[in-house]
Amino acid sequence: MKRSLFLFVGLFMFLAASIVFAAPPTDPLGVVTIKPGEPIHIAYWFVTAGSDSTLGIDTKRGVEIAIDDIKNNLLGHKIKFDGQDSGCNAEGGQAAATKLASDPTIVAAVGSNCSSEAKPGAPILWNAGIATVSPSNTAPYLTDPKRGPTYDGYLRTAHNDKVQGAVAADFAFKSLKVKKAATIHDGSVYAEQLANVFAETFKKNGGTIVAQEAVAPTDTDMKPVLTKIVTAKPEFIYYPIFVAAAGHITRQVKEVSGFEKVALMSADGAFSVDFYKAAGESAVGMYHSSPDFEAFGKVYEDFIQKHIKKYGEKTLAPFHAHAYDAANLIFKAIEKVAKQEKDGTLYIGRKALRDALYATKNMKGITGSINCNQYGDCADPRIAVYKTSPENVKTLVMPKKSFWKPY
Amino acid sequence: MPTKFQRWKERITATDIVMWFIGFALLVFIILGSILTLRAGRYTPVQWFDFVIYGLAQGSIYALVAMGYTLVYGVLRMINFAHSEVFMSGPFTAYYVAAYFYRSSLLESHPVICLIIVFIVSMTISTLIAFLLERIAYRPLRNAPRLIPLITAIGASFTLMYLFRGLYGTGFQAYPVWEIFSGKWALFKGLEIGKIQVFVIFAAALVMVALYLFIQRTRIGKAVRSVSEDKEAASLMGVDIDKTISVTFIIGGAAAGAAGVLYALVFKQVFFMMGFIPGIKAFTAAVLGGIGNIPGAMLGGLLLGLLESIGPALFLDGFNIAAPYQLKDAIAFLVLVLVLIFRPTGLLGERLAVKKA
Repeated sequence: MKRSLFLFVGLFMFLAASIVFAAPPTDPLGVVTIKPGEPIHIAYWFVTAGSDSTLGIDTKRGVEIAIDDIKNNLLGHKIKFDGQDSGCNAEGGQAAATKLASDPTIVAAVGSNCSSEAKPGAPILWNAGIATVSPSNTAPYLTDPKRGPTYDGYLRTAHNDKVQGAVAADFAFKSLKVKKAATIHDGSVYAEQLANVFAETFKKNGGTIVAQEAVAPTDTDMKPVLTKIVTAKPEFIYYPIFVAAAGHITRQVKEVSGFEKVALMSADGAFSVDFYKAAGESAVGMYHSSPDFEAFGKVYEDFIQKHIKKYGEKTLAPFHAHAYDAANLIFKAIEKVAKQEKDGTLYIGRKALRDALYATKNMKGITGSINCNQYGDCADPRIAVYKTSPENVKTLVMPKKSFWKPY
Repeated sequence: MPTKFQRWKERITATDIVMWFIGFALLVFIILGSILTLRAGRYTPVQWFDFVIYGLAQGSIYALVAMGYTLVYGVLRMINFAHSEVFMSGPFTAYYVAAYFYRSSLLESHPVICLIIVFIVSMTISTLIAFLLERIAYRPLRNAPRLIPLITAIGASFTLMYLFRGLYGTGFQAYPVWEIFSGKWALFKGLEIGKIQVFVIFAAALVMVALYLFIQRTRIGKAVRSVSEDKEAASLMGVDIDKTISVTFIIGGAAAGAAGVLYALVFKQVFFMMGFIPGIKAFTAAVLGGIGNIPGAMLGGLLLGLLESIGPALFLDGFNIAAPYQLKDAIAFLVLVLVLIFRPTGLLGERLAVKKA
């Protein structure tokens, strides 16, 4: 008796539902329903605390400006933008992704910042059907053909370090004309892979890698490891690591006898005003590889103006424009796949959204033309080398003009 | 009548044998690695000297912080995990004073006075935090089971950490450079020694000696020692236990505040989690030297600093292990394990073990 009653009620509800919503969209990974007046929830997982927080704040602001630019209105809905601190390490990335994955209202995510966070985090999000677009992960592994299906929901608007590492090596060998280089990484996915790409290209160019060392991101006393490196007599040290450790190395290099003339180079992970704070005067004259801001064009100038107006300061790190593009990538994909009722209710299929993100071709972004390939690499990678002037350190402003370009 | 050997045989267990085996294996590994490295001759004597100086400078900071752990353990038999935040609070607060001096160019004209003021501010704040910590978090739990203050300490550690995060923000700040400490002094035959390292080693030694004399020679110091030996008996002899324990925290806090400024002078970056790693290292140093023993904490700190600086190059280079400095913590803790296998009470902890058994 009871069972048939349930069956009846169920059947009735199903019928009622089919009458009200003519054809509710289905999706193998589920559908997010956004009722009229409810916001579209997009979450970030950025590093917003600690020594690498400039990276997170910079990218978060990029997304916020993108939201402003569509007047906080996507298909008649507001956008709810919040998120979690991901700490720039694997544990933090895992924790942040787990928290986001437990929230069924999240349509898509922007993040992470550090590649170490994405490695455990992206599969957790995708397991919950949340696609994520990273504005600043650059480690080659994340979009490698061998990465596996757990990363199917992962894309990035940041360049792949296969490009960045090669540019750095070409710069060192061809422009600075150094023959002997040393690398230091910090065990993170980003730094280790970038240092390896650099070493491979540098060797291919005909140079010698005389030392490949590693430190921990929390290390403070770098003088012993630098003393070890000095015995190999490199002319150039490449340390594509993060702000805190890179600051310690930059300060302590000059204290080690034998390193008076060595050239120093780091990468985009430590290319921020906080790095200038950490390294102080010792940063003057060192090089960083970074996205080429001059290649961004007129739209970027407008972006900077909006940034200064909204936050009262210049940009803090290199990935705000990529974050802006990542946000727009998501907005466009939502516009493409969302099914809208007459009353304004939105249905967004999770698998459909992911497919739409991957299908993005020739989207005009600040960073260039956004084309996503089958492994989630969407960037138009243009990397330049920047040199730090005394003025940069003194006023805590990023260098404006690039020092060297490969093209 | 069993012989000495028979009695020894009865006492020995399988675990002991395994531990000794592990210990000897580690010892052989370390000695072999050192011989191989030295025979390869990669480093010049000057570079070995540099390793030692770097190690001593880092080690003396560990030693100062370790004193706080060991003093508190001595009187309360608890590990004060919040001590790493005592270490952080002083220099993080004093940063704002230092930054003010830098901006107003007082730092340039009166560097020594500025330095003294920064030390005073840092030590005052650390002392205050340590004192309040004991008063608020530990004293009400003094007679609770031993695990409870331990958990409270962890809670207090997080509370303080995030309190300072709320106060000063999540980003880090960089200490200004004291020009008087930049550069090196040339000794003989190409030997050079960084001014800042010399200052750190001497300043730390000075603070340690002062604290040691305070504990050994003064009336209050005597009270601290008596409480650490036997709380009830000390109380019966008219020692004010509450006051003595407060004094212990104050001494430990002052040492941590001084250590914090030295740390900030060498490494420049201060932020709300800066105490975590040095705190763990200093705790390790205290255990290495024999927890509860003050000279032990000093010895343990210096030894740990030296191990971190020299260890990877000396022990691992000979085996051609890639990137040995990534393993410097592993080496430091390996040696801790080694010491605890052969001397479970730490290097100087023997008397303590008898006393407290």
